[in-house]
Amino acid sequence: MSVNLTLLTVMGAMYACGIYLILERSLTRVLLGLMMLTNATNLLILTTGGYAGLAPLFSKDTEPGEYNDPLPQALILTSIVISFAVTAFMLGLIYRTWVLAREDDIQDDAEDRRVAKTPSFDVEDDSVIPVETSEFPLTMIGSDGDAVSNTPDRASGASGATVKVGDRKLEADETASEEQPGSLNVAPPKQEGGGQ
Amino acid sequence: MNIASFAPLAVLLPILGAALTFLLIRHSKAQRTVSIAVLSVTLLLECWLLASVWDGGTAAVNIGGWLPPWGIVMVVDQFSSLMLVVSSSVSLAVLIYATGQGMADGDQDAPVSIFHPTYLILVAGVSNAFLSGDLFNLYVGFEILLTASYVLMTLGGTGPRIRAGVTYVVVSVVSSVLFLIAIAMIYGATGTINMADLALKLADLDPGTRNLLHVMLLVAFGIKAAVFPLSFWLPDSYPTAPAPVTAVFAGLLTKVGVYAMVRTETLLFPGDTFNTPLMVAALLTMVVGILGALAQSDIKRLLSFTLVSHIGYMVFGLAMSSVAGLGAAVFYVAHHITIQTSLFLVTGLIERRGGSSSMDRVAGLAKLSPLLAVLFFVPAMNLAGIPPLSGFLGKLGLLQAGVELGTPLAYALVIGGVLTSLLTLLAIARVWNRAFWRKPEDAEHPDPVLLADPADSAKGDRAGKTNVTLLPRTMVGSTLGLVIFGVGLTVFAGPLFRVADQSAVEMLGRTSYIQAVLGEGTPVPALSQPGPVPDPAGLPPANGEERK
Repeated sequence: MSVNLTLLTVMGAMYACGIYLILERSLTRVLLGLMMLTNATNLLILTTGGYAGLAPLFSKDTEPGEYNDPLPQALILTSIVISFAVTAFMLGLIYRTWVLAREDDIQDDAEDRRVAKTPSFDVEDDSVIPVETSEFPLTMIGSDGDAVSNTPDRASGASGATVKVGDRKLEADETASEEQPGSLNVAPPKQEGGGQ
Repeated sequence: MNIASFAPLAVLLPILGAALTFLLIRHSKAQRTVSIAVLSVTLLLECWLLASVWDGGTAAVNIGGWLPPWGIVMVVDQFSSLMLVVSSSVSLAVLIYATGQGMADGDQDAPVSIFHPTYLILVAGVSNAFLSGDLFNLYVGFEILLTASYVLMTLGGTGPRIRAGVTYVVVSVVSSVLFLIAIAMIYGATGTINMADLALKLADLDPGTRNLLHVMLLVAFGIKAAVFPLSFWLPDSYPTAPAPVTAVFAGLLTKVGVYAMVRTETLLFPGDTFNTPLMVAALLTMVVGILGALAQSDIKRLLSFTLVSHIGYMVFGLAMSSVAGLGAAVFYVAHHITIQTSLFLVTGLIERRGGSSSMDRVAGLAKLSPLLAVLFFVPAMNLAGIPPLSGFLGKLGLLQAGVELGTPLAYALVIGGVLTSLLTLLAIARVWNRAFWRKPEDAEHPDPVLLADPADSAKGDRAGKTNVTLLPRTMVGSTLGLVIFGVGLTVFAGPLFRVADQSAVEMLGRTSYIQAVLGEGTPVPALSQPGPVPDPAGLPPANGEERK
């Protein structure tokens, strides 16, 4: 199979520019890069069809080798339609990004950044004495026969305090009514209600 | 009339349904009815297809009457029809879940009217990819499902979704371009893109060219399947989408990539050329994925990482290219589609009931909603591979195949597989302890929903009443259905494993597939593959005749 050198050179240049562009942070450039890549691929498919020939309309007098290979062109047509749809959609996304963030840049994933900054020490998993946070805490019996727990005796001192829960205030004792000894977090008076 | 000639309907019905739901865009009730009806009919059809090839055999349909090497063929065999049935069951469950959510929420978070047509197009693309016997048609199937997934991922156009959508679209387009380049070069090298025809012609190519084409296809599919060095995009983009969308993506999209990898390895490029790199990639996918999961505090992100990690098991089974390994991988794909989707659906329910999917915010759900806890617990244990559930059976099959193979790398993967399984259990147990068992007051930033009305909770009134409003019956029902389907995979694991093994025998033998597409008399050259490939019953043994 022989190939068209001009097409190949153009294709190579388009791939090079396309790859350079999709590595940019600016979305418009990324889009241009994607368009270059898809169109370079279309050229590649065209090249695989070999030399140009007659239109593939059957006539008895024509040798089979004189026809052009129609299949690559059918493939290109399909891939053009697909890349058209994707380009249109990308333009929509870019516009939306601009509307929302006034920025034409790829945004960082905030959650990813947050996880990356999380210290390796986790209170629940890595404390020397693990914090008991289960619904059904165990009460250990010490050597002297008394119940042993890692709870600082704070629960009694907290009576009378209120816990802000959402937009209402509750008696701390009431909040802790289900609590069993053994929990570090029985009715912490400093607790801020809600998280959001 | 052959049953398999109805196979194109598995693609056509959802597309027609999409057109109809698009016309009904202002009538949400009619839209719901149409899309659920269309998917149910498709599912029935696919069950019928599976029944027709249950005992082995392959059937091919020539689209438009064009003969195989030139026209497009659709191929129904055990693997593709099994994938069709599992994927359609899962997508039906997710569709019912999504309509339940849509009815409960209205159009606030996501414009539901556009959801139905897009969703049906996605299903059509998945079916097309599973059925395609033509490399370019496989590309078209991928593009259909990807384009639909772009729309679903950015549904509503909120900031985080657009951010995730951009990464997702760019990565997907790059992988599609790679796939298309590979197709163009394969066409240039062989003059055909029919997969059965390629199976014969690629063998005659110069090994260098063949390896190049092989690597390009593997990289393109590796991006779609999220195999380790190419998996970075997945946990970044999946978690932001609406819950049902994430669920269906997690279940189906990566598995279509795995399916394409299986076809590439078994049909187009048989032999063990790239088994070693694939095994290393599988090991890294498993271990790196699950280590990522352990660092997460958001349940959706954690599940996305376990999704990446468990793709490694499937690649492991594939890379062994033995009947036992491939059979276990086929079973594992079916199991994982179901389980991963149910877990994401449950996470959607957690988000509704607990107000968030972050483990710093949700807590005490076991007491608030015991049903939700059960719905989470069963698939979670299944994912971690606790016996006797299907996750255990699939992993056991893979590990047995690995030990059978007996190479040092296979043993490394067996160890890696067990380790990953244990770490999955650890990650899942953290979710369980934090979101379900600890008291809401202990959470770092408890959601107000969880703390409201503690006085009533003792009587149990609140649990009953609020659950109904917060968790609509359709959503809980469809999740429950999918969880039961997952348990069903365990109960019927015997027959399923038999079909999976048989499909592995046929895929590695290749004769059935090639002869179904190109005609009975096509000689299939024997593989220069180490290890005996047992011949499926009733099929003529492969002979070594050269093709003209």
